[in-house]
Amino acid sequence: MRTLLILPAAIVLLATASAEAAPRRALLDDFATQAKAADPGFTGFSASRGETLFRTRFTGGKPETPACTACHTASPLKTGETRAGKPIEPMAASVTPDRYTDPKKVAKWFRRNCKSVLGRECTALEKGDFLTFMISQ
Amino acid sequence: MRFTALVLSATLLAPLTAMAGEDSVPPVTDPLVKKECGECHMAFQPAFLPAASWRKMMATLGDHFGEDASLDAVTRDKIESYLVANAGRGRVDRANPPLRITELNWFRHEHREGEVRRMRAKRNVKTLADCAACHRDADRGYFEDD
Repeated sequence: MRTLLILPAAIVLLATASAEAAPRRALLDDFATQAKAADPGFTGFSASRGETLFRTRFTGGKPETPACTACHTASPLKTGETRAGKPIEPMAASVTPDRYTDPKKVAKWFRRNCKSVLGRECTALEKGDFLTFMISQ
Repeated sequence: MRFTALVLSATLLAPLTAMAGEDSVPPVTDPLVKKECGECHMAFQPAFLPAASWRKMMATLGDHFGEDASLDAVTRDKIESYLVANAGRGRVDRANPPLRITELNWFRHEHREGEVRRMRAKRNVKTLADCAACHRDADRGYFEDD
């Protein structure tokens, strides 16, 4: 009886998880291909490098946004706020499940925010590290 | 009919001149504009700025009040068309059109300094760009609740 109840629940859970896992996997694979092309010594993404990128204060970007944390807060689990006062859904995939599932949205915000914060586009390695960190949160 | 015409002309003119009792503007109806212009701030109604201002705004999205708000060219063009088609009417310096709604004369007139300071402190409003902090139906174009 218990198995009968648990089994459908597990299937639903698995199906939900994979619905988000597939586009994320595709994004990471794409960044990995680019990272390898840029550096043949590339061995994989790192959540800890991603966290460092998230927390570092940069000087190359716009003074209003020296770090990711300026708008996203220091915790990926918390709701952030734009400079114009609108809430930003938490960055952690565990809190905002539809994050990192739409490649167009991911490309748009990496382009904008890397320029705002770092003053340049992010590399594929940086993007992959960042996503790996946020997906682990 | 005559009433409609009066209201319409008032809403078109009001944002760029002193508001005279009719504190509402036509809301943004285009879903693309609503989405793309409403992600970081309220999607400000196009009647709040003249066409020259919107053209300049859409040409300088790479540094949009201190942030990169760039769009792909197709999306950018569509949004500019909508904003220009629904822009406010009024005389502006075409060579140097205003970009901040909060710096326009009618806005300053409607948001007197002392009162604004008091309201901002009371409601913890960080920026005047956050219309909905005080005007609950700002998104729908109603600004009468002041």
